[in-house]
Amino acid sequence: MSFYIASSPHSHQRRTTHDIMRLVLLAMVPGVIAQLYFFGWGVLFQLTLAISVALLAESAALLLRDRPIKPALHDYSVVVTAALLAISIPPLAPWWVVLVGTLFAVLVVKHMFGGIGQNIFNPAMAAYVMLLISFPVQMTAWMPPAIEGYTAPGFMDSLWLFLTTFTTEGYSLEQVRLVELSGSFDAMVMATPLDYIKTELSQGYTLSETLQSQLFSVFAGAGWQWVNFAYLAGGIFLLQQRIITWHIPAALLTTLGLFAIIGTLAAPDTLPGFNIHLLSGGAMLAAFFIATDPVSAATSNKGKVLYAALIGALIYIIRTWGGYPDAVAFAVLLANLCVPVIDQYTRPSTYGHGGAA
Amino acid sequence: MIWLTGIITLAIMALVFGLILGFAAVRFKVEGDPLVDQIDEVLPQTQCGQCGYPGCRPYAEAIANGDDINKCPPGGEATIQKLADITGREAKPLDAAHGVEDTKKVAYIREDECIGCMKCIQACPVDAIIGATRQMHTIIADECTGCDLCVEPCPVDCIDMIPVEAKTERWRWDLNSIPITVVNTVEAKTAAAKNEQEQP
Amino acid sequence: MSQHNPVKLWRFHGGVHPPERKELANSTAIRSLPLPTVLYIPLRQHIGVSGNVCVKPGDRVLRGQALTEPGVYGGLPVHAPTSGIVGEVIEHPSNHPSQLPEPVLPISPDGQHEAMSFQALTDAMSLSPLKLIQHLHNSGVAGLGGAGFPTAQKLSQARNIELLIINGVECEPYIVSDDRLMREHAEGIIRGVTLLQHILQHEQQQPEAIIAVEDNKPEAISALRAALGETHSNIRVQVIPTLYPSGGEKQLIQILTGKQVPVRGYPADIGILMQNVGTAFAIAAAVDKGEPFMERVVTLTGEAFQQPGTAWVLLGTPIQHLLECGELNPSEQQRIIVGGPMMGYTVADPLTPIIKTTNCILAPTAVELPAAENESPCIRCGMCEQVCPASLLPQQLQWLAKAKDHEGLAKHNLADCIECGACAYVCPSEIPLVHYYRKAKAEMREERIEQQKSEIARLRFEARQERLEREKIERQERHKKAAEAREKALAAREKQAASDDTTPAADKGASDPIKAALARAKAKRALQQEQQQEAQQPAPAATDIDPQKARVAAAIARAKAKREAMAAEASNAAKTEQPGDNNES
Repeated sequence: MSFYIASSPHSHQRRTTHDIMRLVLLAMVPGVIAQLYFFGWGVLFQLTLAISVALLAESAALLLRDRPIKPALHDYSVVVTAALLAISIPPLAPWWVVLVGTLFAVLVVKHMFGGIGQNIFNPAMAAYVMLLISFPVQMTAWMPPAIEGYTAPGFMDSLWLFLTTFTTEGYSLEQVRLVELSGSFDAMVMATPLDYIKTELSQGYTLSETLQSQLFSVFAGAGWQWVNFAYLAGGIFLLQQRIITWHIPAALLTTLGLFAIIGTLAAPDTLPGFNIHLLSGGAMLAAFFIATDPVSAATSNKGKVLYAALIGALIYIIRTWGGYPDAVAFAVLLANLCVPVIDQYTRPSTYGHGGAA
Repeated sequence: MIWLTGIITLAIMALVFGLILGFAAVRFKVEGDPLVDQIDEVLPQTQCGQCGYPGCRPYAEAIANGDDINKCPPGGEATIQKLADITGREAKPLDAAHGVEDTKKVAYIREDECIGCMKCIQACPVDAIIGATRQMHTIIADECTGCDLCVEPCPVDCIDMIPVEAKTERWRWDLNSIPITVVNTVEAKTAAAKNEQEQP
Repeated sequence: MSQHNPVKLWRFHGGVHPPERKELANSTAIRSLPLPTVLYIPLRQHIGVSGNVCVKPGDRVLRGQALTEPGVYGGLPVHAPTSGIVGEVIEHPSNHPSQLPEPVLPISPDGQHEAMSFQALTDAMSLSPLKLIQHLHNSGVAGLGGAGFPTAQKLSQARNIELLIINGVECEPYIVSDDRLMREHAEGIIRGVTLLQHILQHEQQQPEAIIAVEDNKPEAISALRAALGETHSNIRVQVIPTLYPSGGEKQLIQILTGKQVPVRGYPADIGILMQNVGTAFAIAAAVDKGEPFMERVVTLTGEAFQQPGTAWVLLGTPIQHLLECGELNPSEQQRIIVGGPMMGYTVADPLTPIIKTTNCILAPTAVELPAAENESPCIRCGMCEQVCPASLLPQQLQWLAKAKDHEGLAKHNLADCIECGACAYVCPSEIPLVHYYRKAKAEMREERIEQQKSEIARLRFEARQERLEREKIERQERHKKAAEAREKALAAREKQAASDDTTPAADKGASDPIKAALARAKAKRALQQEQQQEAQQPAPAATDIDPQKARVAAAIARAKAKREAMAAEASNAAKTEQPGDNNES
C-alpha cells in the first residue's frame, strides 16, 4: 500500500448542494399546502409534470453536452427550478403551459447559458415571463380562493381541466369561473387581489371601496395572505438552517414595505398599503425563494442588499405604474441584469487594505 | 425643394461630425505599444535561434509580418498562448520541426577538460560565460538561458546541459509529481509488534 | 504605550467551526518515546539558508552538539538531538508537500543519549538584548507556530514593539501540542515571555504581553494563570472564543486589538510582535538551561492511531517511528497528514523526518475525515465569502484561477489569502478551492520570475550586440590606421629613392650598387616588420608547450571522432558536414 496524497483541507462540512436543495424543497411545503387548500388540486399536477419534464430535459441536455448525468441530477437543482415555476403559474393552466415553460427554463435559460452555476437569469422567472407574454389568457386564469361558499373544482374535474381544459362535464375553465363567481362574487371580479385593485382603480373606484370586497380579508387578499404567510414560515426555516442569509429577504421586504408606506402616505386613496404589497402575489416567495437563488444573485453581502433592494423597488414600481398586476418576475429579471455591475462595485475590502474591518 | 434642404442638412451634419471625429482621433490618440515590442516582451529571450531567426527580436518582427507563432520551444505552450492573445491568431501546438518543449536546462563546463579556446564565449548570446584565452572558462548559471548554442562550438565537447534542480520554494503544487512510496514496513511492523504482545 | 482594555475583543470576518476532536489526544501527558534507529537531520528547517556542515562523516556527536554553523548568509544552526555517529550528507525526501529531496545529515543513535555540557546563561535579565538574541541564534530557535522564521532574526529586526502576543490559541482541530505544553510547562512559558519582554524593551519600557488561549482549553488557562500568580503585572492571559482560524497571526491581532496588519507589511509595523507558546518555551530552555533546540512536542492523533497522544519528539525522527509508537492501524487510502485537517499536507514517504515546524501527525480513517473527491460546478452560493477571514471573494478567485487570469487574481488580492481552508471547508460543491489558489499563486510567481529573467537576458543580449559593434568599429579603425602608415612609409621610400638619384653620375656607379642594395634590404626589412605587426594584432602569439599541445590535439581528435560518429548516425540522406574541420585553433 502507499499513503494517499491529497490537498488540504482534509475536513469538510457535510452539507452539499444536494442537501441544500432538498431543504429548500422542504421549506416550500407549507406554501404548497396552503395553495392546495385555497386553490385546489391544480398545483399538484403542475408540480408533478414540471418536475418530471425538468429531470428528462436536464438528462437530455447533459447527454448532448457530454457531461455526467448522475451527479447533476443528484444535486436536485433542476427540481427546485421546476417547483418554483410550477407554483408560480395558475393552478389550472393546461398541461402544455407548464411543459413549455419547464423546457424553456431548463434547456434555454439554464443549459444554453452554460449549465448549473452559469445562468445569468433566474430560470423559473425567465420561463414565467416567457409564458406570460406568450400565453396571456392561460397565464391570467386565476381562480378565486376557497372562501365564502366557493369551493375549488374537485380532483377529477381539476385533472380533466389540466389535461383537456374542460371539466368532466364539458365546462371550460372560463365557464367554471363565471358560474362559481356569479354565485358568490360580483360577476365582473378578476381573481387575484392585485388584479382586482388594478382594474377597480382604473375604473375610478377608491382604494377603500375596493378593499370592501370579499376578496380581501384581515391582512390582505383572502387566501393569498395565508399562502404568503406559509412561504414566510418556510423562509424563516431556511434562515434558521443557514441556507440563506438575512440580507436578501430583509432588504427586499424592507424596500417594498418602505415604498408602500410612502405611497400610502402620499396617496392613501389609490396606493395600497404595505400589508397588501407584502402579502400579495409572489412577494414572500420572491423574498425567500426566488431572489435568494444563489446563481443569479449578487455575490457579496453588500451586493445582495443592493440587489434585493432593487428588486423590492422594481416590484413596487411595476405593480403601481406598470401594465401587469404582479411584477415579481420582471423585477427579478431586471435585477439579474444589474448583478455584474453590482458585484463589481460591492467587492468587500480585503484584510489589511485599509478598508473598514 | 424639401429634399434639397434634407440633403444640405445631412451634408452639413456629416461635415461637422467628421471634423469632430478627426479632431478626436488626433487629440485623444492613445500611444500603444507597437506590435513588435509587445511580441518581443513575451518571447523568452534565450536568443537560441531554434525558431530559424538569429535571435528573439528578428522572430518578433517576423511574427508581426505574418509568420507562425508556434516556433519557439523555450517559450513553450505558455508563450504560444500569449502570442495568440496578442496577435489574435489561433494558438497552434508547438511546431516539432523547431524543437520540443523540454525542462529548463543550464550549461555546465567540465573544467578539467576546458582548453580555454574562447569558442563558447563567442557563441553565447547573453555573455553568460566568463573566461579569457587559455584561461578557465565557466558558465554563470544564473545568467544562462539554456539556449544550447555553446555546446556545438566546443572543440573538446566539455559542455553539458543539466536540468535545473527543483527546489521546494519553486514547487508548482502538481500533486501528480510527488513520488509514490510503497509502504510495507509500517503495517508489517505494527502487525509483528501486535503478535509479539499477544504471544509473550 | 497604548492601553489595551482587558475586556474588549473584536472579531474578524468569517470563520468556521469544524469539529474540534481535541479529546482524542489531550487527555494524556506528553510522553517520551524510545530512540529511533536513525535520525535524518535536514540542514534547513527554517525560512532562510542552511548553514555549513561542521562535522565529518564517522564523527561521534553528543546531544546538543552543533552540526552546522551559520556561514556567510547567517543560516540557523541545527543540533544533534542525541548522541551517535554522523553519516554523509545525503539527498532525502523533505518534510514538505512536494517531498522534493533536500540535503540531510543522518545520525545513527548509539543509545546512550549522552549530552554535552550545556552553558546556561546566568542572570539573563542583566544581559543585553543583543547578547540574548545571539544566544538564541546559536541555539537554533525558530518560530514553532508553523512558518519557522528564525527567532533571532525576527527579534533583531523588531523595533518599537508595544505589544507582545503569545499565541496559545491552537485553533486547528485535533492538534493539542500547545495545549499540553501550557498545562505541563506553564512556568517555562511564562519565563520565556519575560525573556522576550526583556529582549524587546525600548527606551527602558518593556512591551505588554498577552497570552491568548481559546476557551476550549480551560485547564491550560488555569495552569497559566496559576503560574502567573500576582507577580507579573504586564503579562495577562486572554481567553478568546473558539473559532477557526483565530490563531492566524493577522486574525489574532485583529481580535485582540481591532487593528489590521497593513498589506505587504508585518505586525512589527504596528508595534506588535507574535510568538508561539512553544517558541517561548524553547527560548526559556535555551537561556536557562543552555539547551539548543533539539526536540518539540508533536501530537499523534486521528482514529487510525491506537495510541494517540502527545510526545516529545527528537528533531529528525522519521515519521515511521512515530507511526510505530502510536501504533498506526492503516485503513483504505490512509493519509498521513503533517499538521491539522485544515492546513496540513500529506506525506507519502514514511521516512520523512520531523522538523522544527512539525506540530502534529494526523492519521485519520476514511470514515472520520472522508476525502472530498466529487468536485461539482460552483453554484455561487457565496458561503465561501461568508467565512473567509481575509475578506476575500473565494468564488471569484476560483473562476479567475481556473481561467488563469493572473491580472484578475492580483486585482482580487489572491496574495492576501492565508490558505486557511475555511472556504473549501464550507463549499457545498466540494471544490478544492485552496488547491486552485496554491497552484495559481505558484504560476504567478513562476511567471514573474521568468519575466524578470527574460528581461535580464534581453538586456545582456543587447549589451553584447553593442560590444560586438564597438569592437568591429575599433578593428576597422586599426586597419585604416595601418593602411595609412603603410602608404606613408611607401611614399617616404619613394621620396628617398628620388633624392638618391640626385647624386653625380660618376659616383653612382661605385657607391650606388652598395647603397642601393643596402637601401633595398632596409626597405624589405621594414616592410616585413610592418606586415608582421599587422598580422600579429588580431591573433595572439603562439607559445604552446609541447605536452599541452599534444593533449589538446588528442582531445580535439576525440571530439571530432565523436561528432563524426553522431553525424554519420543522424543523417543518411543529407550531406554531413564535419564541424571539427573549421575549428583548428
